[in-house]
Amino acid sequence: MAQPIALSSVPAHPETAAAPAAPAVRVRNFTRRFGQVTVLEDLDLDIGRGEFVALLGRSGSGKTTLLRTLAGLDPADGQAVATPASKAIVFQDPRLLPWQRVWKNVAIGLGGPGVRARAEAALGEVQLGHRLDVWPSTLSGGEAQRVALARALVREPGLLLLDEPFAAVDALTRLRMHELVLALWRAHAPAVLLVTHDVDEAITLADRVLVLDHGRIAAEEKIALPRPRDNDAAFQALRHRLLGHLGVEAPAPRAVAGEGSLVAFPSGEIVA
Amino acid sequence: MSLTAIDRNSIGARWPKLHLSQARWLSPLVLLAIWELGSRTGVVPTRILAAPSTVLITLWSMIVSGELPSNLLVSLARAAAGLAIGLVAGVSLALVAGLSRRGETAIDPLMQIKRTIPSLALTPLFIVWFGIGEAPKITLIAVGTTFPIYLNLFAGIRAVDPRLVEAARSFGLKGPSLIAQVILPGALPAFLTGLRYAMGVALLVLVVAEQINAQAGLGYLINNARDFMRTDIIVVCLLVYATLGLAADQAVRLLEARALAWRPTFLKS
Repeated sequence: MAQPIALSSVPAHPETAAAPAAPAVRVRNFTRRFGQVTVLEDLDLDIGRGEFVALLGRSGSGKTTLLRTLAGLDPADGQAVATPASKAIVFQDPRLLPWQRVWKNVAIGLGGPGVRARAEAALGEVQLGHRLDVWPSTLSGGEAQRVALARALVREPGLLLLDEPFAAVDALTRLRMHELVLALWRAHAPAVLLVTHDVDEAITLADRVLVLDHGRIAAEEKIALPRPRDNDAAFQALRHRLLGHLGVEAPAPRAVAGEGSLVAFPSGEIVA
Repeated sequence: MSLTAIDRNSIGARWPKLHLSQARWLSPLVLLAIWELGSRTGVVPTRILAAPSTVLITLWSMIVSGELPSNLLVSLARAAAGLAIGLVAGVSLALVAGLSRRGETAIDPLMQIKRTIPSLALTPLFIVWFGIGEAPKITLIAVGTTFPIYLNLFAGIRAVDPRLVEAARSFGLKGPSLIAQVILPGALPAFLTGLRYAMGVALLVLVVAEQINAQAGLGYLINNARDFMRTDIIVVCLLVYATLGLAADQAVRLLEARALAWRPTFLKS
């Protein structure tokens, strides 16, 4: 029962509705080269405060380089890259210190009184309040990644950078992680940049999807679908367009037919 | 402890069955029995090798007379002093070389050159430099133990997962706190491997160093026993050396179980 849904720039979410004048992230004419190879060229990017942006791209499209530059892990070389002072990253692998207990991992780099209480609260938010004092090696992959999420959020970052954080967890865990990330985003309202190669994940989570190709932003789709987002006709249409931007030929959705006729699509993941 | 208790309960009052095919203690016992028999029948003369029973009696009398404890203490003090110096030197050098490129350039080539010279080959030089007192013995142990500590800790520091370092940096750790919270704990397993080697080396060098004109210590006991062809005393001292080696190994194992409690291998046990 597909209903016509406008894919316009109507604000999808109260948090993102009133985008103030100064965005959280502002990048202008950014170029990055490694030797002869130009990874990012003349790139412009704005991310509003509290906006959830997904960055899609094939392997080698420069999406991780862009994330690392925003994180401050790669130098900006004096170019125009403005980001919030407080940033936090969730990497593809959890990167927990195996010799520190879980709550200490969350509290890494934090000082002052009440550190343990803050770490406890953050772990409670990712439903790991019962595993504060265990060693990271006893966690499952999904649990470890939730600890990494708590470690990022305990800092109340103005910008949350997610570098394919769900790529290594199983499909069911990934679905639950999607819900968790959305809940945390609603609660803390950071600007989010999610780097992913999973088109469905980008559509499910983001306010806006950017497609990076050859070091430039090749396409942009604003997503006004209400969350939680079903795999309906509008979803399929968006998916088809995004796959097109990514150079993947997929059969056109015939979903406008009233009886909710879903068309089988190839997997949304782009294998590079 | 709990395991044996469980075993006993499950077996109940019955004796556990003897599985001779798995009795690893059997062949050493058989060897001891043959040795004892050979001594009793005169096939193995006492001046070649004393009987196990004689060795045990000698051991007991040496303990009771205080001869063994006092000399053991002297030897342990030598090993401990040498190991302590080697530990401080090895750790300091490894930290300087491991934590800075300049330090590596300055220190590592020298250490690699020194590594090619067996420490014991320096004995004549040390006797020329330091005479025949305690100094050359302790110096030999110190020099011998510096290297396993240095090499393992240096390699351990350099092998710390760069992804962990990057993540810790991104969460605001830098300088001393990054070293204390990420780099040193990451290098700890390698350091403990080095420490275990160093303890083995300390014992080995101790045995050799104590042959240099010792006035006390296990080496002194052995030298004297050799002069009087007291093979029972020599075997007692060998037993003590073996016990020291076992004890050193056990000490590092205990240290590892405490310091590396986060490792999955220790979590399972």
